[in-house]
Formats: sequence, C-alpha cells, structure tokens
Amino acid sequence: MNKEQTIEELKNIVKPYIQNQEAFDGLTEDTDFINDLKINSANLVDVILDIEEKYDIVIDNEAMERMVNVKAAMEIIETKLSEKNS
Amino acid sequence: MKKRVVITGLGVVAPNGAGLDAFTHAIKNGISGIKHDAELERLQFSCQIAGKPSISTELALHYFSELELRNFNSTGILYGVIAGIDAWKDAGLYLENNEEPDWDSGTIFGTGTSGIDKFRESIYKIDDFQTRRLGSTAVAQTMNSGVSAYLGGKLGLGNQVSTNSSACTTGTESILMAYERIKSGQAKRILAGSTSDSGPYIWGGFDAMKVCTFKHNENPEQGSRPMSASASGFVPGSGAGALVLEDLESAIARGATIYAEVLGGNVNSGGQRGLGTMTAPNPIAVQKCIQNALANAGISANEIDAINGHLTATSKDSLEIQNWSEALGRNGKDFPYINSLKSMVGHCLSGAGSIESVASVLQLHHGFVFPNINCTDLHPEITAIIDESRIPQQLIEKELNIIAKASFGFGDVNGCVIFKKYI
Repeated sequence: MNKEQTIEELKNIVKPYIQNQEAFDGLTEDTDFINDLKINSANLVDVILDIEEKYDIVIDNEAMERMVNVKAAMEIIETKLSEKNS
Repeated sequence: MKKRVVITGLGVVAPNGAGLDAFTHAIKNGISGIKHDAELERLQFSCQIAGKPSISTELALHYFSELELRNFNSTGILYGVIAGIDAWKDAGLYLENNEEPDWDSGTIFGTGTSGIDKFRESIYKIDDFQTRRLGSTAVAQTMNSGVSAYLGGKLGLGNQVSTNSSACTTGTESILMAYERIKSGQAKRILAGSTSDSGPYIWGGFDAMKVCTFKHNENPEQGSRPMSASASGFVPGSGAGALVLEDLESAIARGATIYAEVLGGNVNSGGQRGLGTMTAPNPIAVQKCIQNALANAGISANEIDAINGHLTATSKDSLEIQNWSEALGRNGKDFPYINSLKSMVGHCLSGAGSIESVASVLQLHHGFVFPNINCTDLHPEITAIIDESRIPQQLIEKELNIIAKASFGFGDVNGCVIFKKYI
C-alpha cells in the first residue's frame, strides 16, 4: 500500500468534517482527528463509515476506539485490507 | 410588572409559498398549493393530493452546511429551520458565531413527529443488522425536539430551547407558551413556531381513518373545501411557520418593526368528555377556550374584526362556526369576517397553527382579509348561522384591529390566540 496515496485518500474522506483548515492543509501521519482537525467527536463514526465504504472493510469496535489519528487509521486500514486479501 | 409582548419577525414555508413575499402574494390572490402527489398514487392512497412546500437543495444550502445535509432526511426540520431563521433575520436578529449564548433568547418550536423518513430508513437498517451504520445524526433528526435543537444551535440561543406537541393545536400553543414566558419576564424574545413532516408516512394514518378527501384526485386545487357544502375531508399538508415574540421594551429599544401585539389567549382540553373524543372536540370546551382567550386578552367579543378558523373541510366545519357564534354571541351580519387558510394549503397538521398565525398577522400588518377559495357552495348549516358576506371569497383590503386565531387537535385539545394591530 502506498503511504502517500493513502494519506491523500484519507484527506478526501475527512475533508467534509474538519474544522481547522490549517491543520488539514498540513496533514501528516501524526495529525489527530479531534485535537488537530477539530472534527466533532460525534462525526468520528461518520468518518469511520466513510472509510469502510471506501476500502470495503469492516472496522470493529476495538479498532474504532484506537482510530484517533491518521497513523492509527492507516495501520488499521492496512491490517483490515491484508486480512481481507489473505 | 407584566410585560407586553409583540411580534417582530415572521417566517413561513408553506405549500403555496416559501418566504414571506411569495406567501403574502399567494394568500392575497387565493393561490392554491395543493398538487397531485405521484408517491401517494403509487402507494394507492385514497387521497392522492397534498400540500407540500417546494424547497430546492440550493435554497436548503443557505440554511444548512453541506455536511449537515449529508444523510439528512427530515422534512419537518428542513421546513422549521428555514422558517425559523427567516423569522429571526426578519426581526433583524441574525447572530453569527457569537461566542456567548444569547441568554435572553430562546425557542419553543413544536412538531408532531420528527424526521419520519429518517426513522423509516433507520428502522430498515436496524432490522437488517446494520445498526452500526446509522451514522451520527439519526438521533438529532428523529428526536421530537430536533427542530428546536437545530435552531438553538444555529442561532446560539441561551434561554429555553424546547419543542411542544399537541397535535393540530401545536403551533397556536407554541405562541401562547412563548407569550407567557416573555410576559412573566423570563425571556426577552422567543422564536415561536411549529412544523410538520411531509410524505406518506405522516399522512397514511389519516388516509386510513378516511378523514381525507378522495374525490379530487383529478382536480387537486379544488380539493380543499372548508365551509363548502361539497367538502369531503381534508387535504393533507405540511410546512412550517415561525414568529419572533418579543418584550415590547426590547423591540422598541432595538427599533424593530412591530407586526402586531399578542394580547393573550387560552389553551384547554375538553377532556374527551361529553361530545369530546380522541378525534372530536367537546363544544363546551371550544367555546370556553374562546371566551377565556377574550378574558385573558382583556377584550370584548364585539372588538374582534376577523377570525382565522381551524376549518379543515370535514363535517366539523359547521360545528366550529356554531361554536364561534355561541362563544362570541354574534351571528348573521354581525359575525366577524372568517377565513380558512386550509382552502389553499390543506391541513398542515402540527405546522398548521403557526402557518395560519403568520397569515393572520400579515392581515393585520398589511390591512387585508385573504379570500377563502373553493366555497362558492357554502354549507347551508353555516349560512343558517352567519351571513355569506362574512366569508370573503375575494380579497378585502381593509384595516383590521383584532384577529382571533384558533386551532383544535386530536386529544380534544384547543388553543385560541388574540392578535392586535400595534399602533
């Protein structure tokens, strides 16, 4: 999986929910969804649903709890994709 | 010290006009908003005509963000938020991103159901083991107070933010609740209003009860016929009305336009005793409600220039006229002018009381009595009580001083509010 490509894809997914444009423009692996992008915590479930749809994966409750930043999201997507393809 | 309460802003989303200008034009000219409804026909409803406001996505985007409209499926909240924000702006009160809530302002915005289409969508997902896919706004769209919650957030309201519900009396009741709160000094202004969802899932129950007309599927605009001998049931409608009620001192201090004063009113119930049932009004209670409203407003029956009735186009219209006549002790040519907005928009259910109140206040402010349509054949039981000239079928341009507006709802509940021109 190409890291840069995934970051781009994630950026497109979170774009409608962000409330801090500056943090969004400078988005890196360490960017936190709530603290940096100021995504409303209630909207995090919508972000996760959008990710599931995009990659055709199912993110379980445990994984969902860990998915607080870009890095965690990328790891989870990668894990779920490899589970799916194995 | 009791405060005087005035109306400083109006907003409306009605089947025959969204926005004050379009709506005023429509009611002055007797323009019907009733149309054939393809969905009701597909679902084999007896009544296949309805009153449904037309709101484009482009218009909705002036009131909601793109994100808010994602997976949004609540017509009641859509209509209510548009009418509410319009009224707020009309009163010169639009607030943008104020850090501090406006502690002096609140909203009492009623509805019968909320997001009934969203509910349906959610129920299908849940039964399909997809609860986790409901998204984050299923609750906000389907909780009954969704409309007041959306408005409260958009306007930054810091006073009471609540939703009342009393069937077809809802909108009239919300005005009186707002009036009481301001009169007692607990708020400076309250956005009072009500809304109703549209579509088959809100109208189906009425269709099943056979209270809607099935005789006008081919000629929708003639379908809603209050006070007519050929009235054959109501036409289902939907939409929202909103009124900014404000403490007179605050309105004067702001230099606001004052549309009218709320002199008072009354809400009561017939207790489903006597002739009253879940669906039929107890006439003693209706008359008592009207008389108590007059007493509360401190006026005599002779001071009423016009009545905006409930008048749905069912067999109960004659009884309503009789109740008004007995309560006011007025009949024949001495009876006030009376009209029913439902002839043009149908019965907008929980939205009716507030849409019709907006129409009443516009009549006071601009000096006119809007025409009743579809009643060239007045019901003989009605003309036996009041003179034909009291039921205008053409626009009358005339300064009015006092209008009484009443609504009656399932559960045998009544509401009557008295509006006066502010001079």
